[in-house]
Formats: sequence, C-alpha cells, structure tokens
Amino acid sequence: MRLVILEDYDLASEWAAKYIRNRIITFRPTAQRYFTLGLPTGSTPYACYKKLIEYHKSGDLSFKYVKTFNMDEYVGLPRAHPESYHSYMWNNFFKHVDIDPANAHILDGNAQDLEAECAVFEKDIADAGGIDLFVGGIGPDGHIAFNEPGSSLVSRTRVKTLAKDTIVANARFFGHDLSKVPTMALTVGVGTVMDSREVMIVITGAHKAFALYKAIEDGVNHMWTVSAFQQHPRTIFVCDEDATLELRVKTVKYFKVTHTAHLYSTLPHFPQKNIFLKAI
Amino acid sequence: MPSNGSVSDAPITQFINCRILKEHTLQREDLWVRDGRILDPEKLFFDEQGYADRQLDCGGAILAPGFIDVQLNGGYGVDFSTPSEDPGAGVAFVAKKILEHGVTSFCPTLVTSPPSVYHKVLPEVKVQSGGVHGAGVLGVHLEGPFISLEKKGAHPEQFLRTFGGSGGVNPLLEVYGGLDNVSMVTLAPELAGSQSVVEELSQRGVTVSLGHSVANLSQAEEAVQQGASFITHLFNAMLPFHHRDPGIVGLLTSNRIPAGRSVFYGMIADGIHTNPAALRIAHRAHPAGLVLVTDAIMAMGLPPGRHTLGQQVIEIQGLHAYVAGCSVPEALEAASLHPAQLLGISHQKGSLEYGCDADLVLMDDQMVLEATYISGVEVWRK
Repeated sequence: MRLVILEDYDLASEWAAKYIRNRIITFRPTAQRYFTLGLPTGSTPYACYKKLIEYHKSGDLSFKYVKTFNMDEYVGLPRAHPESYHSYMWNNFFKHVDIDPANAHILDGNAQDLEAECAVFEKDIADAGGIDLFVGGIGPDGHIAFNEPGSSLVSRTRVKTLAKDTIVANARFFGHDLSKVPTMALTVGVGTVMDSREVMIVITGAHKAFALYKAIEDGVNHMWTVSAFQQHPRTIFVCDEDATLELRVKTVKYFKVTHTAHLYSTLPHFPQKNIFLKAI
Repeated sequence: MPSNGSVSDAPITQFINCRILKEHTLQREDLWVRDGRILDPEKLFFDEQGYADRQLDCGGAILAPGFIDVQLNGGYGVDFSTPSEDPGAGVAFVAKKILEHGVTSFCPTLVTSPPSVYHKVLPEVKVQSGGVHGAGVLGVHLEGPFISLEKKGAHPEQFLRTFGGSGGVNPLLEVYGGLDNVSMVTLAPELAGSQSVVEELSQRGVTVSLGHSVANLSQAEEAVQQGASFITHLFNAMLPFHHRDPGIVGLLTSNRIPAGRSVFYGMIADGIHTNPAALRIAHRAHPAGLVLVTDAIMAMGLPPGRHTLGQQVIEIQGLHAYVAGCSVPEALEAASLHPAQLLGISHQKGSLEYGCDADLVLMDDQMVLEATYISGVEVWRK
C-alpha cells in the first residue's frame, strides 16, 4: 500500500487528479489500446473531477481513448433525476471533456432485468481488457462503492440493499427526506475492483478517519470492505490530514517519509520534464 | 458519427464559451441545437451516445432567447396600417430589418383604421415561421378601433367604434373582416357589451389586452376575469394611478386575478413614454408581468421628419433608448419569456429550455447585439 497524505482536501484532490492524468498520458492510449478507468461519485471526488477538467481544457489531457466504468448507480431513480449518478457524471465530468459517449459505462438502475444488467457490466469490463486504474472513495462505514458492511470480499457486480448508515448519509442530497432516498443500488463488487491493475482510494475529512483506520490498520474484514485492498498488489490511499486523525502516529510518520522516497523510485520518467515535476 | 442515430441523424451544433439565460439567471453552460430546436445534451450523451458535429465559440458572450415584440406598428418607411400595393411585402421587409435588433418573432400591429383597411390588409398578413427571410409573424395585434374616445392617443377619432347591442364578436368580425391570423386585440373594457367580447375572444385563443381606456379598476378586473391578460403600454392612454381607484394600473397588484392566471403589461421603455421612475414602480410591483414592447412606428430607422401612422401624420424629432433599472436576466426575460407566456407559446418560444425553438440572440455585457439566430440558423451578424 502507498499512503499519500496531503494537507487538505484541495491538495489531496489535486494530487489524485495529477496521478490519474499522468497515468493516462504515460499509457499513451490509442484507438487500438484504450485506457480503462474506474470512477466514483459523491462529494469526495468532486474537486478531483474539477482538476481533471482543468487539465483537459488546458490541452494536457484527452479522454478520447479512455473508457470509463462507474462504480454504482441507484435503482429506480429516473436517469434524469438530479441526484442520479448519471446526472452527477454528466454535470461534473462528461459534459466538460472529450470522452466518446459510447465509452462511458454506467450501470442502468432502471433496467428491466437488473441481474442481467450487472452481468453485462462485468462482461463489458472484461471485453475492455480489465480496468487499468480504479478510483474510489470510502464510506463512513468503510464501504467501497455500495459494498456495505457484510458484503463478500469476492463479490461481483450486483444489486445491493443500502445500509441505514448510507441512506442517512445520502439524505442530504434528497432534501433531508429519508423517504425519498433510494434503498437499492447496483454496484461493482469488491472482487470486481480487486481485479483492477491498480486501485486509488481517495479519503478526505475527519468523518472518514475511523473508517480509514479500520481499513488499513486493522485486519481484512468484510465489515469494513475497503480493508480488502490490503491484499491488492497496487493500491494507493490518498488522504488529507483530517482523514488520518484515527491513525497511529507511527503509521503516518512512516508514510510521510517513504512518500518522498517513493516519488523518485516509483514514478516513471516522463520525456517532458515539466509533467514529471507537476506530479510532485 | 455524432450519434447512434436512434433519434435523429440531423447535425448537432454546440454553442460553447457562452452564458445562457436559464432558470432566471445567466449560467455558464453550453447550448445544444438540432433540427432547429434546443437539445438536451444529457439525453444525447446517454441515449444516443451522441455529441456535436460542430462547435460555435461564442467568445464569452451572453446567449439569450430571441426577442418577441408584441407591439410593432411598422418601421423603415413601412406602416402596417396604411394599405399599400402589397401589405405582405411590407411586413416581410420589416421582419427582415428587425433581425438586426434581435427580434425573432413579432406581432405586426394595426392601429385604429376604417374597415376597408382591415379588409385589405389582414388577409395579406399571415402567421408564419421566421428564418433568414425575417422574424416570425406570430399573428396580428389589432389595437383599436374599440377604444375610448378620451384616450385615443394618436388614433384617429373618426374611426373609433363601440360594440353595439348584439353581443359576441360579430361587431369585430364585421370591422376586421375575420379573426384569422389575429393573436391580440386591444380594447377598452368600459365600452358597453365588452364582457361577451372579451370572453369569446379569449375562448377563441385571441389574447385580449386592455388599453386606450378610462376603465376603473373594477371594470378592468372584470375584464380579466372574462379572460383579458394584457395591458397595452401601461400608464399611457389610460387613467393615471389614483390611490382610491388605481384604474387599470391597479391590475398589477389586484387580488381579484383568477388563480393560476397572470396579468402582463406592456412597457415602452424609451424613457419618453414613461418616466423611468414610474417604470421601476411597475416593475417592482409585478416583475413577472413586465413585457417590453417597442410600439415602433414606421419612422423607426428613418431620419427625423414627418411620417404617417395609420391615418395620422406625426413628426419625429429623434430616437431615444432607455434600459429599465432591472437586472440583465430580468430585462432579457421581459423581452422574450414574458411575451411568450402572454401569448401562451412559452413551451416553444422565449426560452432556452429543451425542446424550444432555437431562436437566439448573442450579445455582449452592454447588451449590444452580435448575432441573431432563428431555428438554430444564423440570420444576422454584426
């Protein structure tokens, strides 16, 4: 695991966005070889998307040969509803970049046959050659995507009933009216994300601190599904200072030191020197 | 291919780098047009997996719905109320010229005239869509002759009329020769027999406007209850506001307007017809009802001198323009959304909502026009 700690939300978001940008650029995607990106929604990645749009608008980053797969979508919420994840992705990302609509995959929570929809999604990922980088967040209850506490750590894309915690946390997007919050969602499984070649989890805010502690300092446990990534060969946790509040000082110190050391050994060398420097 | 063709193969234009008038504010958003209508880009993206064929860079300009002028008597030497060889050509000429002012739809207005004029002119002025040839004709606005003698303004006295005793629109059919292609009638509701006229006109889908009248507030409210929904050039040619009987002006704050209905009022915001302070009072009392009109006459666009307005001869000393003291979005809506709502066409015109006709104006922050579009096609550029 790499644990990258930045001072605040904006810096953490910027670091994450730069990482994604650099990954795509060094991959040099083409029409024959797309870069596949797994994407999250919610308040955490909001600033990260803004930064990615900035890099696109400045000409540094194109999504023309990028395929995206979103983690989840509510069941039964009209696609045009302002709180659907389709709306989120359109307004906060897709409409500002040059991605081909055919390459933007989001689960359809209004499909006739939800199980078939999930199976097709898994197939689409496989057909795309698997995911190069899956970006995700973490819930206060330690869930990744909608893999609520108790989800199998080898689960695949499926229909899930949302936990009370999650529904309460989401109420703020539905006028604080619990009755309006969807109770089910389609979500990639823990296993689905584990299959990716690389995983980056962005965690910001003090309210996520306990979940982060459980995810990286305790054991692998299906009650804190993000902990599964302890067994992934290539995972980065990007956080702000507030998110580290429940960690041991020892853990934080270790990663703050190694972060600098890693910088020069793990990042590939770019032909354009300025992009390399921007990643720091 | 810009779309999977599941809905349409027509080319898609994306206006980028602009601020569009949406939800009563100027928002930094792109505007998408296909088949002359405003397109929902989210549906395009997810349903059709489509994107734009071409992008038009607006250079940061304001993109607003095209203006709708419901009171335009003529211009550039053409007077709609003066019968000519080819009234249709006169309307078409003006329709083309007003594109330069961002007007994409209008109601050619006829002032009080003898029946012979109506019988000659009306059949030649048809409702038609706009385009490169000119602004769209929404229908004729007949201002008079069923108006008050005391408030005739510039209208010729000898051709004023009353409704007679028969009730209904028969007297109008006699005078006008028919109500085809008529979208609005201005009348004085205090004239005997007006109630049934207002009611029947409203049922026929003709907008009834109160103007050139000495009606008191009660009479005006009754007319609104019968279906009247507009006030022709507020303050002008009506009794002044009085605190014990506000007259027609009182409709702006009347509590006897039927539920779900609104009264709109036309304002000639040139600083001459109405003192700007009076304009602001009206706007603050009822901002949602303000409709900007030009009430332009044949002399518009012409040098100073003597010109005709229907059967009258008037003099022009020069033009003066004045912008109301309200916000930019409010002013834009007063010239586009509100007239569309008044005429009952706001699902199609006067708005940048998905599905509406792509009649647009491009302007800078000083509201100087840069370009005009009708159905997504550029029809004028500075």
